[in-house]
Amino acid sequence: MSENFEPKALAFLCNWCSYAGADLAGVSRFQYPPTIRVLRTMCSGRVEPLYITEGLKSGFDGVFVFG
Amino acid sequence: MSENKKSSTGAVMIVGGGIAGTQAALDLAESGFFVYVVESSSTIGGVMAQLDKTFPTNDCSMCILSPKLVECGRHLNIRLMTMSEVEKVEGEAGNFVVSVRERPRFVDAEKCVACGICAEKCPKKVKDLFNGGLGVRKAAYVEYPQAVPLKYVLDEQNCIYLKNGKCRACEKFCPTGAIDFSQKEKVHQIEVGSVVLAPGFKSFDPSSMDTYGYGKYPNVVSSLEFERILSASGPFEGHLERPSDRKAPEKIAWLQCVGSRDSHPNAHGYCSGVCCMYAIKEAVIAKEHAKQGLDTAIFFMDMRTYGKDFERYYDRARQEAGVRFIRSRIHSISTAAPGSDDLRIEYVDENGTMRVEIFDMVVLSTGLEVSRDARALAQRLAIELDSGGFAKTNSFSPIAASRPGIFVCGAFSGPKDIPSSVMEASAASAASAALLADSRNSLTRSKTYPPEDPSVHAEPRIGVFVCRCGVNIASVVDVPGVRDYARGLPNVAYVAENMFTCSQDTQKLIIEAIKEHRLNRIVVAACTPRTHEPLFQQTIREAGLNPYLFEFANIRDQDSWVHQGEPEKATAKAKDLVRMAVAKAALLEPIEKLQAPLIQTALVIGGGVAGMNAALNLSAQGFKTCLLEKRDELGGHALEVARTWKGEDVSAYVAELKQRVLADANVEVLTGAELVEAGGFVGQFTSLVKVGGGHREIRHGAVILATGAEAVEPVEYLYGQSQRVTRWHDLEKLFKKEPELLDSAEGVAFIQCVGSREPERPYCSKICCTTSIKQAIDLKEKKPDLDVYILYRDIRSYGAREDLYKKARGLGVLFIRYNADEKPVVAKTSVEGKEKLKIRVRDHVLGFPVELTVDYLNLATAIVPKGLDELARFFKVPLNQDGFFLEAHMKLRPVDFATDGVFVAGLAHYPKPLDESVAQAGAAAARAASVLSKPWVEVEPIVSIVNQELCIGCGMCEANCPFGAIRLQEVKGKGYRAETISASCKGCGVCAASCPQRAIDMKHFRDSQILAAIRVGAGGGA
Repeated sequence: MSENFEPKALAFLCNWCSYAGADLAGVSRFQYPPTIRVLRTMCSGRVEPLYITEGLKSGFDGVFVFG
Repeated sequence: MSENKKSSTGAVMIVGGGIAGTQAALDLAESGFFVYVVESSSTIGGVMAQLDKTFPTNDCSMCILSPKLVECGRHLNIRLMTMSEVEKVEGEAGNFVVSVRERPRFVDAEKCVACGICAEKCPKKVKDLFNGGLGVRKAAYVEYPQAVPLKYVLDEQNCIYLKNGKCRACEKFCPTGAIDFSQKEKVHQIEVGSVVLAPGFKSFDPSSMDTYGYGKYPNVVSSLEFERILSASGPFEGHLERPSDRKAPEKIAWLQCVGSRDSHPNAHGYCSGVCCMYAIKEAVIAKEHAKQGLDTAIFFMDMRTYGKDFERYYDRARQEAGVRFIRSRIHSISTAAPGSDDLRIEYVDENGTMRVEIFDMVVLSTGLEVSRDARALAQRLAIELDSGGFAKTNSFSPIAASRPGIFVCGAFSGPKDIPSSVMEASAASAASAALLADSRNSLTRSKTYPPEDPSVHAEPRIGVFVCRCGVNIASVVDVPGVRDYARGLPNVAYVAENMFTCSQDTQKLIIEAIKEHRLNRIVVAACTPRTHEPLFQQTIREAGLNPYLFEFANIRDQDSWVHQGEPEKATAKAKDLVRMAVAKAALLEPIEKLQAPLIQTALVIGGGVAGMNAALNLSAQGFKTCLLEKRDELGGHALEVARTWKGEDVSAYVAELKQRVLADANVEVLTGAELVEAGGFVGQFTSLVKVGGGHREIRHGAVILATGAEAVEPVEYLYGQSQRVTRWHDLEKLFKKEPELLDSAEGVAFIQCVGSREPERPYCSKICCTTSIKQAIDLKEKKPDLDVYILYRDIRSYGAREDLYKKARGLGVLFIRYNADEKPVVAKTSVEGKEKLKIRVRDHVLGFPVELTVDYLNLATAIVPKGLDELARFFKVPLNQDGFFLEAHMKLRPVDFATDGVFVAGLAHYPKPLDESVAQAGAAAARAASVLSKPWVEVEPIVSIVNQELCIGCGMCEANCPFGAIRLQEVKGKGYRAETISASCKGCGVCAASCPQRAIDMKHFRDSQILAAIRVGAGGGA
């Protein structure tokens, strides 16, 4: 693994809380690493185990579920 | 003018766009009335927008407020009139003409796209009052980033051009030509049927209290300023720092009752009702913010944590967060040493010892007051105010102003917290709707669209619109690069780049592009779907596309704004997000709006004051209502109460209420009736009632639960062992029945918190302090030489009830405070052959035990819920840990449940006085009416769908659904199969995720759509 390894993460965000929180981070101009890719769901409860394995299989280094 | 009775005007004016005004506007607009919201500042939101967090849930204030503001701002039947004030109201209830004066914004709201360049270029810096004056803003500004409408404004008092005729920098740089210096003041004449006043409050200005050094010592701040210090969008970006040197404080003190419970000329005698809770919240949150330990001390007189879940919050602050609570009123603040920014406080502790402490910061817990502007408004409108300067109301109609057709809500009619304000707002809307029932839907508008284009079923042809958002996106992300990249993605037929994709003219461009290039799926890469998806959905619908053929890529809030220093990586991320959106868009399907049938009648369970008020309001609004009462008589606990704390005659009121209910043709009253079974969902409930020896089936579209609560039977203090120990209203009833008992009595005592604020019942019963004080006053007035004692833990005479406490002390009622770990001890005794009671209690002033001898002891016992478990099960609604109903959201949905169509009012929600029960009943009626006033139940169509071929009827989905929106139905020959109840479904997808058979999918968030997005997300391409 190279020294500059930057993990690329997939994040499932709940429309009502964490997605709103991510927007607020933007409004507040909080800076964070640009290696996260977000998918919005209507609830974190929508996230099936399959989505997580599929995310890892398709090349993401990690998967977040925020809700 | 015709002599015939004129019908009313189906519009309402709301004055004040804070949380109360916003709630009232939404309720009315959803119930078939056109609403004008008149707001004096440039944005709606009010004080709640300035708060950091809210108690007792620690929700981010802006996060829960903002969706309501957005909804209000874009509602078809709400017109926001910012920068405006009501000049006069002429006419009468039902038909008013209101003159509204609108000040110039100097920005054309139609053209402004809120890019912020005007503010960037404006050379004039001004103290930012939204941030408590702790930061600066420009003369061209927007109050806060989530303002609604999000339109800039030029500050007339500070704009260099408007003052001196030179500058115009904003005009020169504005990319849309929105700056308009020619705007003049305008006066509008508006016809409405009723007016709701919600001008809110102003935080007390502590400058006049010179001993606190506010304005002199930079580290003495008001509580509202401290909210801004804590806020992530505040002057210090959420870092806990003190103003003088931006050093992180290590010790902070809060001083309670600043400007409240104070007889000084500039201060107020009333209790402001909210400061104890917000001080605890600020202390707890400040401790969370502090990186290296923070000592917090709250100096108070009585800790008034009387609301739902407040006492627990107080307990946790003390026991878990380690906030120090010191019972002492502070006289003055001084500097720790000459030239020091630290602050010195001297106080006497509970043991009578003089102490000195040095703090880095002191927060003044300033009270609430009616602003001079609101008082002037009341005068112009001929609205009476009370001695505290608040709008005068009575307990039986707490939202009616003194002038018919004008209603009040929120802190304008007395200091109160957010949930109470929201309840009153809904109640004021219910009262307006009842007054204007004949003109419902007469002035509302609805939108019509062209038929949908069937080409969606052909090959996907996706249009991608990439937004520059002025410089907001384009200064970080390479927008042309993203646009060109999108062109090469599968199924993309058209790409464009826009300066502001949300602007009016771009909407036209999108519609033209859809038609010209036969686009059947649209992706917008811009800000956030949370604010802008509805706009674009409406645009594509106007072009003949189903609104669900739309997908958003958030490349601003979650990209350019958060990766400002890494343009290349931000651009790569934007490309990935667009690729994911395009992959999902290709699989999107049109979704039809769902309409479920609605039975336009209501069931109200519980025939007390709350239930009767709810039924009467619904009836007045035109809805048939069935009122169910278990007992043989209507009235509930109010039958036991003689007068309110204000002295109003409750017996006469209840008698009149009963008469009105029984005479109302729209209300069917079932007494001696018991609910034995209930089921169904919003729009179509079925309840089975046992009444008169038989059973009745009632079908209803909504239900209000108002079954009340009861006082606990204590086992302490000789209750049940001595006739001389009574509870609640028993003693006054005894004296009424046998006045000679009072004549011969020499002493009476009250003990508070009997069974409340105990480990097994850690809540305050809210109404006991006021009730005992009122009874003590009555006794003293009847018999001035009677010794009357009130043994208490904290006196919680919140709001204007403080006057009663003061009066009781003036009459000589003796208040003795006891600690929970050293409770009074009661024993039987006899004095000169007369049977008496002896109470031993440690006096807090003297510091040693005293012995009181009294003839009677009345106990203020805890109010407890009764029999709610079954109702909760019937209607699939939750109870809190104390057994009261748990509403959908403590702050902003105080009478709703997560389950649609079910509402709560009165003591079944939490102990509360009569006026608050009446308000809550109105609120529940308003919320029920917003369901019943439509021809059907409109269902957000993002719902679950069951593949019955795959379903095995295991019931996991039904067990997991938090909304009661999926159920097992028997299918002939197949056993059980799951079925979605679309009317109740919120689209969360928990059922789909938990289905072991993968038999459930979610519309618009289908497995296939999500998986397509996942699969292209990581790498460079599909």
